[in-house]
Order: sequence, then C-alpha cells, then structure tokens
Amino acid sequence: MRPRPWTFYVQLAGFAGFCSFAVAVNCWFVWRAVELHRLGDAWLPALALGSLIGPIFLIFSWIISRLFFKIALRKTESGRIPVPLKISPMEEVLVAPVLDPPTGGFLATMAALACVSLWALCAWCYQLYRGLTVTGLANPVFWGFYITNFVFFIGISHAGTLISAILRIVQAEWRRSITRSAEVITVLVLVFGAGNIILDLGRPERALNVFFSGRLQSPLLWDVCSITTYLTGSTLYLYLPLIPDIALLRDRAQGWRKALYELLSLGWSGSHEEREVLEQCIAIMAILVIPIAISVHTVVSYVFSMTIQPMWHSTIFGPYFVVGAIFSGIAALIIAMAILRKGYHLENYLRPIHFENLGKLLLAMSCLWLYFTFCEYLTTWYGGEPSEMAVFFSKFSGRYASGFWLMAVTCFVIPFGVLVSPLGKTVRGTVIASATVCVGMWLERLLIVVPTLARPRLSYGTGSYAPSWVEISLFAGCISTFIMLYALFTRMFPIVSIWEVREGKEQGAQGVWERIRGCFPS
Amino acid sequence: MESLNLSRKGFLRTSVGSLAALLLAGAGKARAHASGDPGPKKRPGQHRWGMVIDLDKCTGCGACVVACSAENNQMLGSAQEAAMGRVIRWLKILPSQEGEYPEPKQRLLPMPCQHCEHPPCTKVCPVYATFKNEEGIVGQVYARCIGCRYCVQACPYTCKFFNWETPVWPEEMQGSFNPDVSIRPKGVVEKCLFCHHRLQRAKEEAAAEGRPLRDGDYQPACADVCPAKAIVFGDLNDRDGDAARLSRDSRAFHLLEELGTEPKVTYLKESA
Repeated sequence: MRPRPWTFYVQLAGFAGFCSFAVAVNCWFVWRAVELHRLGDAWLPALALGSLIGPIFLIFSWIISRLFFKIALRKTESGRIPVPLKISPMEEVLVAPVLDPPTGGFLATMAALACVSLWALCAWCYQLYRGLTVTGLANPVFWGFYITNFVFFIGISHAGTLISAILRIVQAEWRRSITRSAEVITVLVLVFGAGNIILDLGRPERALNVFFSGRLQSPLLWDVCSITTYLTGSTLYLYLPLIPDIALLRDRAQGWRKALYELLSLGWSGSHEEREVLEQCIAIMAILVIPIAISVHTVVSYVFSMTIQPMWHSTIFGPYFVVGAIFSGIAALIIAMAILRKGYHLENYLRPIHFENLGKLLLAMSCLWLYFTFCEYLTTWYGGEPSEMAVFFSKFSGRYASGFWLMAVTCFVIPFGVLVSPLGKTVRGTVIASATVCVGMWLERLLIVVPTLARPRLSYGTGSYAPSWVEISLFAGCISTFIMLYALFTRMFPIVSIWEVREGKEQGAQGVWERIRGCFPS
Repeated sequence: MESLNLSRKGFLRTSVGSLAALLLAGAGKARAHASGDPGPKKRPGQHRWGMVIDLDKCTGCGACVVACSAENNQMLGSAQEAAMGRVIRWLKILPSQEGEYPEPKQRLLPMPCQHCEHPPCTKVCPVYATFKNEEGIVGQVYARCIGCRYCVQACPYTCKFFNWETPVWPEEMQGSFNPDVSIRPKGVVEKCLFCHHRLQRAKEEAAAEGRPLRDGDYQPACADVCPAKAIVFGDLNDRDGDAARLSRDSRAFHLLEELGTEPKVTYLKESA
C-alpha cells in the first residue's frame, strides 16, 4: 500500500467523526425517550422528533461517506497527479479577493468592526459577572432584545439555504452566481441566532442541561433539535458546491492556504464521475434542506404560540414566521450582494437582472407578509377578547404604536412602492427596499415579543421595557462579528460559484434547445 | 406472485395495525402526562395540598407578604429595584379597581402561586427544572434551572420570578435567615412552594411519632400569620377538612378559570 498524504487521515477523521455524530444524535433520542418513559413522562415527542431527525442525520452521513469514498478515496490511474485546473482570465476577478492581499480600506473596515466586537465582548463579560440585572428586562417583560435578535437572526438565515435550494430545484439559471453568497449568510447568521439564546440565559454555564436532562415536550428543545439539524445541513449544503472551487484555488494558492485547500478539496480532479457524485449529493441536499429550513422557523414561532399568552397563542404563527423569515432573508441577501458587487468589482457577475429578480421575490414576500399580518390582526380584533385587545391596542394605538406603524411602513409601504416603480429594476432601488425591510422585520419581531409580555392577563403589573446599553452593544457586536466572519469567508473562498457559472454558460445553449424540444409542440 | 402479494398485504396490515396501537397507547399516555408532571399515581391517603383565601375576611394588611418573604429568605429589594419591577415576592397583593369615580371600589387579592393541576409552566420547561409533584405542589429545582425564563412567560398568573442578580442583604440581616430554605443564586427562576420545607418537617415529626400526617399538621407561613384567618390551608383530598369544605363553598372561584389550569388556590368572593 502506498503511503497516504496527511490530508487523507484528516479527511478520514472528519468522515468518521461526522458518522459517529450522526449515530450519537440517534442514540440521544432513544436515550431521552427511555429516560422520559422512566420518569413517567410522555415519551412520544422524543420518539416522534427522533424518527424525523435521526434519519436526516443518517442521510447527511451517507452524503459525507459518498464524498469520502467516491471523491477522496477514488483510485486515479497509476496514481498520476491530475492536470491542474485552469482559471480563465475573466474569472480572475472572482479569485482576486482570495489570492490578492487585502486593501487598506478593507483592513480599516475590519479594524472598526473588530472594535465594536471587542466592546460587545466586554459588555458580555460584564453581563456574565453581574447577571441579567444589567439588561433592561424586568417583571413582567422577561424577554426583550436577545429573544428578538434570536428570532430575527434565525429569520435572516432563511436567506441562503432556502432561497438557493428552491432556485436550484426549479432550475432558475440566474441563481448560479448568487447561491454561494446566500448560503454563507445562512451558516454564519444561524450561529448568532443560537448564540442570542445563550446570551439570554440566566445561567449560560448550564446550557448543556438541555442535552443531559432535556424534556422533549418543551418547544425550546424542538428549537435545539431543528436548529442543530439546520446548521449541520446548511453547512454541508454550503460545502458541497464549494469543493470544485476549492480545487481551483488549490492549484493556484501557496503556503498554508495550499495545505488547507488540499485538505478541503478532497483531491477533486473534475472528472465526469466526480461531478456526477457531487451533483447527486447537491440535489439530495437541496431537497432535504427545504423542509428543515421551514421547520426551523416554525418551531421558533412555536416557542411563542404554544403558550396561552394573548396574541402569542395563534395557529397562524408558524407560516407567518416562515414568510417573515424568507422576506427578511431575501432583503439581507440583496444588501450583501450589493456590497460584494461594489467592494470586489463583481458587476460582471452580480448583474442588475439578479437584483431585479430577487426584487420581484421580495415584492411577492412583502405582499404575503401584509396578508398574514392582516389575517393575524383582523382575527384578534374581531374576536375582541379583552386580554388580547389590551395587547392589540398597545400596538395599534398605545405605547408601541410608533413602532407598529413604522413596521407597516418599512415592511410594506416603502418596499412595495419602490419595487413596483421603475426603481425596482435597479440595484439602488432594491437595496433601499431591502434596507427598510430589514429594519421593519426586526421591529416586527420586537413587537411580537414585548407587548404581549408588557400586558399580562392579570392587571397587577403592566410593565415597560427599554433596552440597556449592554443589550444594544451585544446586538451591535453580533452584527459586526457576523460581517467580519462573512468578509473573512470572502477572503478564503470565492463568493461567486466559479464552476457553476461556468457550467451554466457552457450548457445554456443546450438547455434552451432542450426546452424548445421538450415544452413546445414540434 | 399472488401469494407473495397476499402475504405482503397481510404483513402490511399487521404492521400498520400494531404501529397504530403503539401510537394510540403512546398518545393516551402523552395526554395523561401532557402537563409534564411525573405520573401522579394516586395512592389511598395521598395528599393534595390547597389553599382557600376568603376575600371577605382579608383586610389587605400585608402580613402574609412579610411572613412569606421572611420565611423564604426572599430578597430585600431596593427602591430602585422596586421601581424597575424586579423585587421578588412569592406572595403579592394584587390590587384591582372596579367602578369609576365617584364610587370606585378597590379590591385586594393576595396572590401566591396558584399551584395549578395543569400548570402551563411545567409544560414548557426544557430541563425538568419545574415540575408538579405527586402531592400537587409545583416545584422548582434551582440547581438545574438554566434561567431561560420560558416558564415565567408561560404562567398566565405571572407568579414566577427571576433572580436578576445575586441577592444581597444588609449586615444586620445576615443572622436572620431561615436555615430550612436555600438561598437562590443569580440567574434562576424561583416561586412559591407552599412552604414545602414546613411539609418536610411535619412529615418527619409525624413519622417520629409513628402516625400518619394529618390535615392541619402543616401550614405555610402566610396562612400561619394571617390575623384575620382569611387564608385556610389544608389537604383537598380530605373531604371533611376546612380547606376542602371551603373550596366547595358557593362563593368559591378561581383566577382565570377559563384557561383550564385548575388552580389549587381558591378564592371566596367578597359579598357586595
């Protein structure tokens, strides 16, 4: 047996590690079901969740093993080193951010963001030391900024995976240059979403109790399960289409980068068999991540709607949250694309047509959002239940009215107005609409969390809430750290999928011909 | 082929049938324990502790509030904390106003944890830190609570409290803690436990005397001190006991009865 390079052993460890993780997830569900049964508690939720999520993790590990056996372990004829992959002159602009040294402006921006993040880190340490007393929370508003940000960030995370998966499945050709930038948002922002729950805990050091003594009847455990699945799935879904591009970089980079790319490219040579395996895996993942993504925001909404609190206990919350998530996700994606286009001179790849098409999606989601909001509020108002009406009027005309109407303007009036006008076909117009949508959707989350808590059913304490400097700093810190990590990613990997764009261009004419033959009478 | 098909059909029928039976059994069990309490297997002589508060007798003096906080080592609370609404009082007096000027009527309602039969708070706890025990008391495990405050949100009575910071007491009070009650650290949720430590003591005393625990052996601090004897505490399973008898009174009502939580704290309506 010929000696293997060190990368092989790391890949082997990664493969084995992931498979044992998938097995551990399944075992955990069985353990919790047995434990719940032993405690005389309902074991069905554990079994039900386990039988949904367990197989998903097994499919993940099947995909990882396909990658390992069919790509990394593939036999090359006579151990020949494959021909280095070529980057055409037009594609140089895509690898330039990765291979060229960063510019002064980039470094200055990073330094400024790092200051904000450091400040947030200090604020967090202060909060750990003093406890949640440093927040603006009090009785009865026990949840505030952190939970709002949790819901908001998880919503933004629907930008990537869901949009990219849907566009991939319906074979929207224009998706090719935007999917990567969307998928990165998902993976990174999801970490901050889950992180905000940790920020919100009174005893963050006990967070692992949800694994050691988790009650699977609690909607919070549903969150833990589905966010873990989504994070794993979307990371895998980001990584799969990245492999051929990493291989391109591997043949160009020097030093430690070369070693890293060699490790991550799994020895990709671009052969026909490899492509077949990869495209099969991507197709499976694209289908799989859609239900996972929808489940994530549905169970996030369940945290609220499973309680019997006024204006939380609503059956519409699941789809309402999912629609809001996709809405804010598209908005975040448009903003990220506009910045990338400007910063890395990607005008040739991120064209106005991409913004226009995403703008249409944003317009559709804006209408859908209005429809859901209308349904939710009309039902509440017509029912007229006193405790619900107390919350309703605090939003409609009371203390939170300014926020509520600002939300209506930023989520519907401005984006709708901009997107139906000729401005909606331009980059600038879609970016304006997206920026207001991001603000509006954040306000929507805040207005779901706080007014209900401020108006409890019994009259003894109606509370108010204003965030403290710690909460604001941590929000700013989350955003700045997210931007830093995103920027770091663009410096490590091409943010536009090189091989997919190339493939789209090569197969475009053939695709049109096939469409003419397939869809129309001959 | 025919026989194979038949056997496959038969196999399918059997497996679907048994799966359905399993699910039904599971669902039945799930419904029985939907509230997340460890299975209340009712034994003869099982206690079910409850409280009756007679609003006709209650003068709103607040002695119960003071007794409760002293008994359970609750935080003292500064003026600033009170303004923020962060003072923890497991038993508080809920004021409500009826009617407008010139004939307003102020009502006062002493409010401990309602110790629901179907507590919305225990349902949502992610880590078994809150539970209903077999005697009906809704408890809290401070050492396991992760401080997510989900149970606090889920409680329609807002009767659970959160330790925003490590509680501090002035020097003079350091010697006057109740040694039977643990001091809660920062970042956990706490609540009224019907002075569970007194129940423990009463049980030990009864065991030492070799007799069963009787109704009246154990009183929480609030019922103990009430000068108007407005708070009656006892075993609701003891049908002839004071608490059980009063909870069947024609004046009896529960807070937010329509939510179906079945509180074990009963109020007797104020006459006129």
